Amino acid sequence: MSRQSNRTTESKKMNSELFTLTYGALVTQLCKDYENDEEVNKQLDKMGYNIGVRLIEDFLARSSVGRCHDFRETADVIAKVAFKMYLGITPSVTNWSPAGDEFSLILESNPLVDFVELPDNHSTLVYSNLLCGVLRGALEMVQMAVDIRFAQDTLRGDNVTEIRMKFIKRIEENLPAGDE
Amino acid sequence: MAIFSVYVVNKAGGLIYQYDNYVPRAEAEKTFSFPLDLVLKIHDEKAVVSFGQRDGIRVGHAVLSINGVDVNGKYTAEGKEIIEYLKDATNYPVSIRFGRARLTSNEKLMLASMFHSLFAIGSQLSPEVGSSGIEMLETDTFKLHCFQTLTGIKFIVLADPRQAGIDALLRKIYEIYSDFALKNPFYSLEMPIRCELFDQNLKSSLEIAEKAGTFGPGS
Repeated sequence: MSRQSNRTTESKKMNSELFTLTYGALVTQLCKDYENDEEVNKQLDKMGYNIGVRLIEDFLARSSVGRCHDFRETADVIAKVAFKMYLGITPSVTNWSPAGDEFSLILESNPLVDFVELPDNHSTLVYSNLLCGVLRGALEMVQMAVDIRFAQDTLRGDNVTEIRMKFIKRIEENLPAGDE
Repeated sequence: MAIFSVYVVNKAGGLIYQYDNYVPRAEAEKTFSFPLDLVLKIHDEKAVVSFGQRDGIRVGHAVLSINGVDVNGKYTAEGKEIIEYLKDATNYPVSIRFGRARLTSNEKLMLASMFHSLFAIGSQLSPEVGSSGIEMLETDTFKLHCFQTLTGIKFIVLADPRQAGIDALLRKIYEIYSDFALKNPFYSLEMPIRCELFDQNLKSSLEIAEKAGTFGPGS
């Protein structure tokens, strides 16, 4: 992975295996500490949320995308710009609900789960739940409340990893001035 | 020094970072004998020259120090009222330093909140729908540039009216904020920014902006 940046300060390349190992160490330690898959899922979501609220500013600073005016634009930006920038993958956007407020991101590959196999005693663990938190936190900072969950997970035997995102509402409190 | 100061205001209108890049120029220290030929008055808790401009001491300048000791608002360092002190002939000859008073941090906080409100009014006054807030405020001595991110944080730069490249500078400050403030896990969002690396990088980007006037890709 390399840091996408428009700066000539050394573009830092980091070994993606180190990233996978770091994430794996995080999840296994959480499992040892909490011993309960549901609790671990919640903690991963919380951690992801904290990352998301900070990552959004980095994303906006570097990508100069403007405000998205509907959910389809949001979906495109997330899949084509954000995932590409941070994980180097481009998921596809499919399965739109008739009302246009729900869609799926299909990931063929997930850098977090390279080399990972879920054992039987952790069948309800959502290993990549951090990603859900990140997306939720980031969208909340741009005044969108969304519900995000994993619909399919390659670690649990499905063919692809599918993240289902549902738009709940626009957050009207504390809108930045000039944005109604 | 063509860029005077940088302010960062959070979503609620509170000032979370402030940096002054200029050195107040007009300061004058003179020795006086009784009676004082300047007329002083109290303004905003400071002793200020109201009449009697001469020798580099202008109307509006505040008393900064008496006999080398900095004053405390309208009181001397010992706690006496300056105006009373200077009416007493036994205290002369006295050496007083006058200069443009600097804003205190409380004043800056208030001004930032006020600007936050004015920014919102700016977008409401607009005859067009969906207008942004105040982007630039111009006076004869400085221009104030403001950039609001999609998340509600405002970056404000006060610069010389002729200084170019402030838009690029504002984007650069946004990048520096997203790097050195947000990626510091010990920094809490919306709180005052107290990160060394943020300060250092901000200062160097201000220097670059003053010299080159542009950033260009990859700087």
